[in-house]
Amino acid sequence: MIPVSFDYQKVKTVDEAIAALSNDNSKILAGGHSLLPAMKLRLSQPSKLVDIAAIASLKGIKEEDGEIVIGAGATHADIAGDKLIKSKLPFFAEGASMIGDVQVRNHGTIGGSLAHADPAADWPALVLAADAAIEVQGSNGKRRIKATDFFTGLFSTSLQDNEIIVAIRIPVPAQGTKTSYQKFSQPASRFAIVGCAVMRFPDGKTNIAFTGVSDNAFRDSNAEAVVSGKVISNDSIAAAAKAAVQSVNILSDHYASEEYRKHLAKVYLKKALQAVA
Amino acid sequence: MSTKITVTVNGAKHIDKVEPRLLLVYYLRDVLKLTGTHVGCDTSSCGACTILVDGKATKSCTMLAVQADKCKITTIEGMATNGELHPLQEGFNQCHGLQCGFCTPGMIMTAADLLKNNKKPSEEQIRAALEGNFCRCTGYHNIVKAVQYAADKMSAPRARKTKKEAAL
Ligand SMILES: Cc1cc2nc3c(=O)[nH]c(=O)nc-3n(C[C@H](O)[C@H](O)[C@H](O)COP(=O)(O)OP(=O)(O)OC[C@H]3O[C@@H](n4cnc5c(N)ncnc54)[C@H](O)[C@@H]3O)c2cc1C
Ligand code: FES
Ligand code: FES
Repeated sequence: MIPVSFDYQKVKTVDEAIAALSNDNSKILAGGHSLLPAMKLRLSQPSKLVDIAAIASLKGIKEEDGEIVIGAGATHADIAGDKLIKSKLPFFAEGASMIGDVQVRNHGTIGGSLAHADPAADWPALVLAADAAIEVQGSNGKRRIKATDFFTGLFSTSLQDNEIIVAIRIPVPAQGTKTSYQKFSQPASRFAIVGCAVMRFPDGKTNIAFTGVSDNAFRDSNAEAVVSGKVISNDSIAAAAKAAVQSVNILSDHYASEEYRKHLAKVYLKKALQAVA
Repeated sequence: MSTKITVTVNGAKHIDKVEPRLLLVYYLRDVLKLTGTHVGCDTSSCGACTILVDGKATKSCTMLAVQADKCKITTIEGMATNGELHPLQEGFNQCHGLQCGFCTPGMIMTAADLLKNNKKPSEEQIRAALEGNFCRCTGYHNIVKAVQYAADKMSAPRARKTKKEAAL
């Protein structure tokens, strides 16, 4: 399978990338692990690729002004192995290490995954549960998009055409915050048939996000309301599971029917809540 | 529009002009004639095309040759030194880690990435590391044994040296 011909430009800075994207049909190339397979199938036919893999400022993971800042170009493997992430956002490390396989994790990036917004991708649920902001830069400068405003539908986001995700910013969770990511994987690709991310703060506030279930990842406010501020017990877990995935369009495909997916979502929410109890 | 790339493959520097759409695996196989790297699925799924790019296991069917500019690449052809098999190659031979052999180069390159970071992987860790490499023949057991064989062999000389050092 051979992609349609295209021009290729490797850039060193974000400004250079934004300038290079001026052409309508140009696309950013990060890890290439969603884009290249789509181009090989000719589902995607950009006329130009702007390779951002060499932009040093998109790489690191650090703590800054009360936030954990993950560069958009950090690979899944970078995040899975990072000390700061393991200690302060353990479910990011767990989730990253469950993506695809070693080879995919060595190249695929968090920024690429968020921009691609695959309904079965892991990062969307994780950034939603972590109250993250997606920091993007375009010709009009930088802006922050709340994760809850970012995913707008199947493979769609609120990113503008010439905007690049530069970082993911997560408020440093208070001491004692517990997190869990539980996923039922597609057996070959490891994409989530259902993924459930939970972050529970010391005051009992509980964030719950699902991926794989609907057109895009989402926060489940009905389930959150059941457990937030309350003791996690068998009863409250059962009540949260009952309340979960009520008002969303549930996907159905040859891996899992609508009914089965709905069932799985509840089971994986229970697992995640048990893990943070 | 073709683009000039400079890559070091198995220690040898190559400068070539390539079309941006040329996949790295076809650069290796068709331009450099290194046909040890196989194409199994061409859809990023099977791992047969795995090579090391700057030391990291990479599906070469899912990378453009232009992305590899200035990178160091190791393919299966670069594993043996001076005619002596790499411990992983020896392990696959000794433990019957292959039948048709189609998946073997990819298995070995992924295992090489694992052993670089984990000198004594458990069976579970080996199986997890090889998750992206499919084998249609062996049932995987002997592949796991082959990787364990290599891990043991690669740590052995160091153990001997320590004993020798202790004797001194
Ligand atoms: C075999 C296989 C298994 C996989 N399994 C999983 C899995 O289990 N879970 C999972 O979540 N994912 C999985 N993936 C997808 C993988 O995580 C991809 O790496 C990821 O979705 C895309 O990241 P990338 O860096 O490769 O992006 P690319 O493929 O380079 O780009 C993807 C899209 O995002 C755009 N883009 C990239 N970077 C930016 C940026 N910084 N700003 C704005 N736009 C940008 C590109 O223009 C393109 O449209 C799998 C992929 C493969 C091939
Ligand atoms: S040929 Fe590259 S993964 Fe199968
Ligand atoms: S030995 Fe035949 S595919 Fe693995």
